[in-house]
Amino acid sequence: MLSNFGSILFFLIFGAVFVCVNILLSRLLQTRNPYPVKLSVYECGELPEGNSWIQFNIRFYVIALIFLIFEVEIVFLFPWAVVFKDLGMFAFVEMLIFVGILLVGLAYVWAKGDLEWDKPEQVPSPELYRTDNVNSAVKITESVAS
Amino acid sequence: MNITLFDTIFYLLAFLTLGSAAIMVFSKNVIYSAVGLLFTFFGVAGIYVLLAADFVAVVQVLVYVGGILILLLFGVMLSNKITNIEITTETLHFLPASLVVIGIFVVLYRVFITTDWNPVGSYNFDPTTHEIGTLLMTDYLIPFEIASILLLGALIGAAYIARKD
Amino acid sequence: MILPILNSEITFLQFLPFDLPEPLISIIFLLIGASIIAVVASVLALVGVYLERKISAHMQDRLGPMEVGPHGIAQTFADAIKLLIKEDIVPQDADKLLHFIAPVMVFAATLAAFAVLPFSKTLVVSDLNIGLLYIIAISSFVVIGAILAGWASNNKWSLLGGMRSAAQIVSFEIPASLAVLSVIMIVGSMNLGDIVEYQKGGFFNWIIFKYFPFNFIAFIIYFIASLAEVNRAPFDLPEAESELIAGFHTEYSGMKWAMFFLAEYANMFLVGVVASTLFLGGWSSPFGDFLNSGPFPVFWIFIKSFSLIFVQIWIRWTLPRVRVDQLMYVSWKVLTPFAFVAILGVGIWMVL
Repeated sequence: MLSNFGSILFFLIFGAVFVCVNILLSRLLQTRNPYPVKLSVYECGELPEGNSWIQFNIRFYVIALIFLIFEVEIVFLFPWAVVFKDLGMFAFVEMLIFVGILLVGLAYVWAKGDLEWDKPEQVPSPELYRTDNVNSAVKITESVAS
Repeated sequence: MNITLFDTIFYLLAFLTLGSAAIMVFSKNVIYSAVGLLFTFFGVAGIYVLLAADFVAVVQVLVYVGGILILLLFGVMLSNKITNIEITTETLHFLPASLVVIGIFVVLYRVFITTDWNPVGSYNFDPTTHEIGTLLMTDYLIPFEIASILLLGALIGAAYIARKD
Repeated sequence: MILPILNSEITFLQFLPFDLPEPLISIIFLLIGASIIAVVASVLALVGVYLERKISAHMQDRLGPMEVGPHGIAQTFADAIKLLIKEDIVPQDADKLLHFIAPVMVFAATLAAFAVLPFSKTLVVSDLNIGLLYIIAISSFVVIGAILAGWASNNKWSLLGGMRSAAQIVSFEIPASLAVLSVIMIVGSMNLGDIVEYQKGGFFNWIIFKYFPFNFIAFIIYFIASLAEVNRAPFDLPEAESELIAGFHTEYSGMKWAMFFLAEYANMFLVGVVASTLFLGGWSSPFGDFLNSGPFPVFWIFIKSFSLIFVQIWIRWTLPRVRVDQLMYVSWKVLTPFAFVAILGVGIWMVL
């Protein structure tokens, strides 16, 4: 078992070294001609506006929180799944209770709308865009103007 | 002195853990702290492997790197309200903090010297998952089920607090 | 073959004194093995890129790359050489250290996941007893790498892309892990080799056909979730070029960008191998013992995973991209409940 983890550690180090060597090699081969405009951050060709280290939507945080709880739950389920074949019915009932309690949590966040992402604004219904009806097209122009 | 490869790996991992923990504590930049924390978690996972706890090691990476660190990074991105100041940390409340740290150190040190350590000469590196699963289903059944209630409470509480903004 | 020797009797990291030659020998073997896997992963990624361009071209009634070599077969190698000599531009305001660390982390984690994949009975570098859990765990480094790349670039699109990528991968990790659980329940082990051994003897032994339709559902869930985890269309929001330019690697160029690209296509292959190992019998032949020795296991695993990669490419060029709210809807409200149903179905069937 230890040797297996040893090879994994080795692979991690090897991968890191592989990338570093590649980047170094390309450093040696490339022509470098930096100037201020090239080194500016890309913002659709405009000059960058302000700093990009901005405040983020709380949605991301809530999703990460819910994920963390379920992750811990799944960590408990992995050893259960390994022994499930040996323990049979008893283990199954225990797992049902365990998962059942957590499904209450999922149902709670689902019902309370914590899993909803901010949806885009409702666009006008496609019926209004129909071109075969001149009156509706006029209506749209009027409604937009008002 | 006879230093084995095992010992070398252990000291390297210990150095990685403590060094990155130091970076995490002393860095002025929160993101650098988070990267330091990443390597601390990784080093701890490595030490778990050396202690023959394979399942715990992988879970350490899965939950701490894959869950808690991402949560921390999201939290940092979220809490950065003033856009033109870099995300930095400052040392506040130096005196009370050091008192707490010294207190914890005294308690831990007392535990360390009073515990009757029972060193195992060499341990066998068998897979532990099956054993953990069996113990969870038999001897530690009640803690296992209580854990689910704890997780439920954490989920509902977290969702509730986050929703109030 | 080097790798069978590697696997059989290597005692790397044992309680051996340094002056004994064994650790050095095993390190040399590992070095060779890791280089082979790294080269194979890179070549597979290049083949994947070529396939993607060719298949997408033919799907759209085009020819795709045709100039370099017959039918443009050397196009991606030419591209690799071009990327090697391209200028590496790091923005003035970027965090240079983290800008460098992020691709290293992403690629190293992807390569490390390859260590536990079984390509035949003996052709596996690290026959880890918790291999499946390990693959799920190590992919969390990729998430951190994406966030760091986005943050270090100091570009609004990059940061938004990195955050989206992370939120998406963690959301789909739940249904993916749950789908995998039913396989572990049936086999009773997290070792990828054991999972393949269980499915030996023909395609009717494959787990996808066991306890029909629950494992079939689990396979579909895993496949959809893996599409999202490798940021493939229709879940390629982190790289939605019409809104985020290129997501978290907008400010990357030259070799660093190539490393992200390589890791992305290597990841595609990785989830293909994992899905075929878990549900489609891995390296075992679909016809019992027929053609199941010598080099054939490697052939079968490649056939199976490249079929899955073909489906991935097919889906990418067929379906439009989903919105963020639809993405979260699919993950939390469709796949997760169905994954629980699959587990319950398999569990009830097994205890009865």
